[in-house]
Amino acid sequence: MSETTYKVPTMAEMASSGESPEILFWVGCAGSFDDRYKNVTKAFVKILNKVGVSFAVLGPEETCTGDPARRAGNEFLFQMQAVANIQVMNGYNVKKVVTACPHCFNTIKNEYPALGGNYEVIHHSTFLQQLINDGKVGLKGGGEFKGKKITYHDSCYLGRANNVYEAPREVLEALDAELVEMKRCKTKGFCCGAGGAQMFKDAEKGNKEVNIDRTEEALETGADTIAVGCPFCLTMMSDGVKNKEKEGQVQVKDLAELIAESEGL
Amino acid sequence: MEYIQQVLFLIVVGVAAFILTKRIKHIRSAIQLGKDVDLSDNKSARLNNMLLVAFGQKKMFKRFIPAFLHLLIYVGFLVINLEVLEFVLDGILGTHRLFAPYLGSFYNVLMNVFEFLAVAVLFSCVVFLIRRNVLKVKRFHAAEMTKWPTLDGNLILVIEIILMIAILTMNASDQLLQTRMPDQYASTGSLFFSSFLIPLLDGFGDNMLVIVERGAWWFHIVGILAFSVYITYSKHLHIALAFPNTYYSSLKPKGEMNNMDAVTNEVNMMLGINTEQAAAPPAEVGRFGAKDVNDLTWKNIMSAYSCTECGRCTSECPANQTGKKLSPRKIMMDTRDRADEVQTSIEKGGKGLEDGKSLLGDYITKEEINACTSCNACVEACPVNINPLEIILEMRRYVAMEESGSPASWNSMFQNIETSFAPWKFAPTDRFNWANDLKSEKADS
Repeated sequence: MSETTYKVPTMAEMASSGESPEILFWVGCAGSFDDRYKNVTKAFVKILNKVGVSFAVLGPEETCTGDPARRAGNEFLFQMQAVANIQVMNGYNVKKVVTACPHCFNTIKNEYPALGGNYEVIHHSTFLQQLINDGKVGLKGGGEFKGKKITYHDSCYLGRANNVYEAPREVLEALDAELVEMKRCKTKGFCCGAGGAQMFKDAEKGNKEVNIDRTEEALETGADTIAVGCPFCLTMMSDGVKNKEKEGQVQVKDLAELIAESEGL
Repeated sequence: MEYIQQVLFLIVVGVAAFILTKRIKHIRSAIQLGKDVDLSDNKSARLNNMLLVAFGQKKMFKRFIPAFLHLLIYVGFLVINLEVLEFVLDGILGTHRLFAPYLGSFYNVLMNVFEFLAVAVLFSCVVFLIRRNVLKVKRFHAAEMTKWPTLDGNLILVIEIILMIAILTMNASDQLLQTRMPDQYASTGSLFFSSFLIPLLDGFGDNMLVIVERGAWWFHIVGILAFSVYITYSKHLHIALAFPNTYYSSLKPKGEMNNMDAVTNEVNMMLGINTEQAAAPPAEVGRFGAKDVNDLTWKNIMSAYSCTECGRCTSECPANQTGKKLSPRKIMMDTRDRADEVQTSIEKGGKGLEDGKSLLGDYITKEEINACTSCNACVEACPVNINPLEIILEMRRYVAMEESGSPASWNSMFQNIETSFAPWKFAPTDRFNWANDLKSEKADS
């Protein structure tokens, strides 16, 4: 077997053959529908395939976690979504959830337990870091990112909301790239402007867009790559780079994409 | 005649205690306008928070210069209060420097330490005044820093400077009196800092010197008592409330929003899920979310009274930094002002909450709460663990669930989630389409 296709098993398929995967990969709405962000989903699935982790997705059975509804104030809608999702996950006896979206991560990890959904939830940055530590991916010593400048934009929902600061940085370090920090990073990180359901409406009147402010700061580092770990950040930073007409020189990439690329996947 | 000073002192202390008690009752009742919330769990973690954040000033040190200057004032405040103990006892007993004979040469060490701290406090207050008024540090000049908040900030610093000068003047005149009337004035030994003031007082006659010493003594103790009343009207109340506020601060991850159990019951009923509580009579649901201070928790209101308007939250807020109207500090100031207004009205037999006004609308606008990205920068920045975000999100709940007054694009997002199970309008059946091209892609194995 020298060549095969990537496998994306669903929980339903697994259940029908009496299997239960080690992890549920929670794709999220952006991961399912956003054209640009679908690449991140695919990159992560490629990595999962490569390392041979037993995983499955919910596929058509997955729905929005309810995070934007809750942040915008619609608690009813949030709970309707949450309870439905929990019923599905509990039905499959899910134990461990991995997701690339910090908003899904935060909601499933911190807010689903109050509604009866208790799982071990980890963000894909932590998952990738574990793979690197186990020597399964991202061997040091060259690759296409060697010596390149990368800056990491902290996602609020991963960093301040859940104290995940080091995992994404360790992932980037494994690329053998030069990690340059922005002035506002880690606990002092600056929002991309899309959290708290801002993604779904125009910003209030001000004198600048949040993502432009943040992009300017990222560009000041002189990095070729702005690494992100969140679908909203990816969109906001990409828009910012486009606004500054720098898309030729600077790329915005998710951690999973960077790892997949360095692995030649 | 000889008891007149003691009687006077007791009257002054009595009056101060009376006013203070009334003020504490007022603030306590204002805080209790909020909904009850049980925060009695996990005592050791809470104590730990209080010791690190309030007592240990941990979060202050994210900005070193103001943290260091603040630390000098804070330590000065804690330690100089030991001297106030002697002041009070002297006042009641009609003695002079009661502890001096008992502590011997250690008294001199102690007094020198107090003087060092007094000078340190004085120095810090002067630098803070310069930062506020000359260097015009940006966060002290935001839209909500109107007349009273600005005056309040300056008054506190000036009062502290004057109180410290009183201590030094008292010690200087006392040292001179020790040389002139050694029988009546117990020796304190040489006091380093106040000695510099001695040449200024040396020309005074004995009587005048006694008046200066007593004057400074009275000024300091009355000043402290008056100041303690003043702080109950001021942002400076943080010196007391920082401790309970950090003790009762959230132990949950910052990203976690409180679950609304009343909604859970309804959702479970709608979905036909049997829960243990289903048989119980439905809990009385007041209002969904927060429109006024009584919809917030007592902890939210306590936080509002703990806020010292330093503006670290606002200076970190991405919405504020990009020129939006939202300022987390203003959210807290508004909450306190509204709670105080309601409580004052109640005490006067007025309309209280029914005065036709509300926190949301009359104090805080939708434009402000809608601008929040829920990034938690304000929560992270607050040196005393205040959470403005919680108040903002509770208000959004009110707007969304009671008024259906969310921005139109949020309403369409709600609709999309309801009908397509995603915030964007895509067919739910297309959710798994991304896997199609992947399944046909070749992979090495």
